[in-house]
Amino acid sequence: MPHIVHELGKDRLAILGAVILFVLTLVAVLAPHIAPYDPVELNLSERLSPPCIKHLMGTDSVGRDILSRVIYGTRVSLMIAVVVVIIETIFGVLVGTAAGCLGRAVDEILMRLVDILLAFPGIILALVIVGMLGSSSMNLIIALTSVGWVGYARVVRGSILSVKEETFIESARAIGCGKLRIATRHILPNIISPVIVLATLNMGAIIISIAGLSFLGLGVQPPTPEWGVMLNEGKPFMESAPHLMIFPGLMIMITVLAFNFLGDGLRDVLDPRLKEKIEI
Amino acid sequence: MAKFIACRLSLAVLIMLGAATLSFSLLTLAPGNAAEAILSAERADDPHLEEVEIFMERHGLNNSMLIRLSQWFHMLSSGNLGTSLRTGEPVAEEFWSRFPATLELAAASMLLAIVIALPLGVVSAVKRNSILDHGSRLVALWGVSMPNFWLGLLLILFFGVFLGWFPTYGFGGIKHLVLPTITLGTAMTAILMRLQRASMLEVLNENYIRTARAKGLNERLVIGKHAFRNTLIPVVTIIGMQLAHLLSGVVIVEQVFAWPGIGHFLVDSINAKDYPVIQGFVLMIAFFFVLSNLVVDIFYAYLDPRIRYERTR
Repeated sequence: MPHIVHELGKDRLAILGAVILFVLTLVAVLAPHIAPYDPVELNLSERLSPPCIKHLMGTDSVGRDILSRVIYGTRVSLMIAVVVVIIETIFGVLVGTAAGCLGRAVDEILMRLVDILLAFPGIILALVIVGMLGSSSMNLIIALTSVGWVGYARVVRGSILSVKEETFIESARAIGCGKLRIATRHILPNIISPVIVLATLNMGAIIISIAGLSFLGLGVQPPTPEWGVMLNEGKPFMESAPHLMIFPGLMIMITVLAFNFLGDGLRDVLDPRLKEKIEI
Repeated sequence: MAKFIACRLSLAVLIMLGAATLSFSLLTLAPGNAAEAILSAERADDPHLEEVEIFMERHGLNNSMLIRLSQWFHMLSSGNLGTSLRTGEPVAEEFWSRFPATLELAAASMLLAIVIALPLGVVSAVKRNSILDHGSRLVALWGVSMPNFWLGLLLILFFGVFLGWFPTYGFGGIKHLVLPTITLGTAMTAILMRLQRASMLEVLNENYIRTARAKGLNERLVIGKHAFRNTLIPVVTIIGMQLAHLLSGVVIVEQVFAWPGIGHFLVDSINAKDYPVIQGFVLMIAFFFVLSNLVVDIFYAYLDPRIRYERTR
């Protein structure tokens, strides 16, 4: 672990990514303390105010403070993305392990199921699932996870299958290690790095999906301060109040960029061979 | 080769059957009674109980899941995707009438990406660690991190509203195509550039490149003929796979630019709860997705016999 941190420390972009994410996490956690206004409080006397001292990022069409909404938006996006990634990882690792360890027949069935899910472009399937279930944050999480676990399952299965062939597994078996010990002490450590890299890079994609679906009205619902929702609400006022569109988009971009910087760095450190496997 | 194609083809058919089942079962996700939802969406008020009964009887919704599934397959086998509740037109016709617009946008974006990404990727790899290399990699990383709907809005704001150079929405001549193409093509350009750079770096390490240099070929020829050509196999594969992704990426971009393609119609249908359109469109998109993957796969195997061997084993 110290070795990894040291290696990562040489990658300036990865450090930048980590620092940005640290700040964003602080912003998300401390949102109620640092937001100057209530993010959903209407103030009709100060509609569409451009950025000024009182409202650093201006106000929207019903007088809500953009800065406060952007700050709370960090909370909403990061929270949903983290929940989605955790569920996806758990499910993907379980299915991938089952496919990799339980023999040919199970592998065949699970991988064909994965193939069927992969026959649909992820974002479209997510879009339709939310559309069918009804738009809400909960259903957004359900849709994104039911589409996204597939990638993890594939990566985990692939790593297990290749690790199983390694000679150190054979020697572990030869000196009498039990199945459980081989699985937890020898195989698991070898599949963790690709999963960590995938999850980090995936966070960026998930944040874009959350904002994108919410932008279409098929995700987080107003008046919740979410970046995609804010962009959608700002669109009609684009000409007279461009600031409505600038700041939420900037936040999405910075967050995604930070995850990609860190993910790229992690990938180079943890497993350079992965470069070909997970190209975003 | 014949064995390989047969193997891939049967797998593709299997996947399509699964996809058809999945798109059928999407309907069961809708909360409550589908008939009630359809009827109330049709007339914007709550239907009577008898009406719902009649509707369910007429559309066979009282039958068991299994019977309805077999009916769905029976319908599909005759090329029928059902009828749109909103327009009353066959879903297949709705799809094909909008497909050219989407294809036009996707093809233009792909062209833009190829023209920019391939040369940049090659130069970036050849001049590794130069300022140009770092710069273009940074731009590429930015390109994949940029949400396309936001990029679209910014382009509309700057080139459409402030400068007034291009129309900001709708379908028409070449001018209408510019902004949506840039919006959709940016991420693709970034992905392709990174890939071209990576495979170029890999090829440049090969022995035959050293040989080519050793026998005194000029660098231009080494890069252009020996190195670049050999990077094309993985790159063409990704281009093929991304074409299908483009067809799906258009969903949001079409919405931003009010582009009258399949993505735009799909989102409208989702909002209107037009279930037959949703099912049919999703299945058609999956069909194109599977088809293009199949073509890429076969093409790949045709180019590289090693793959043929590995995947039929």
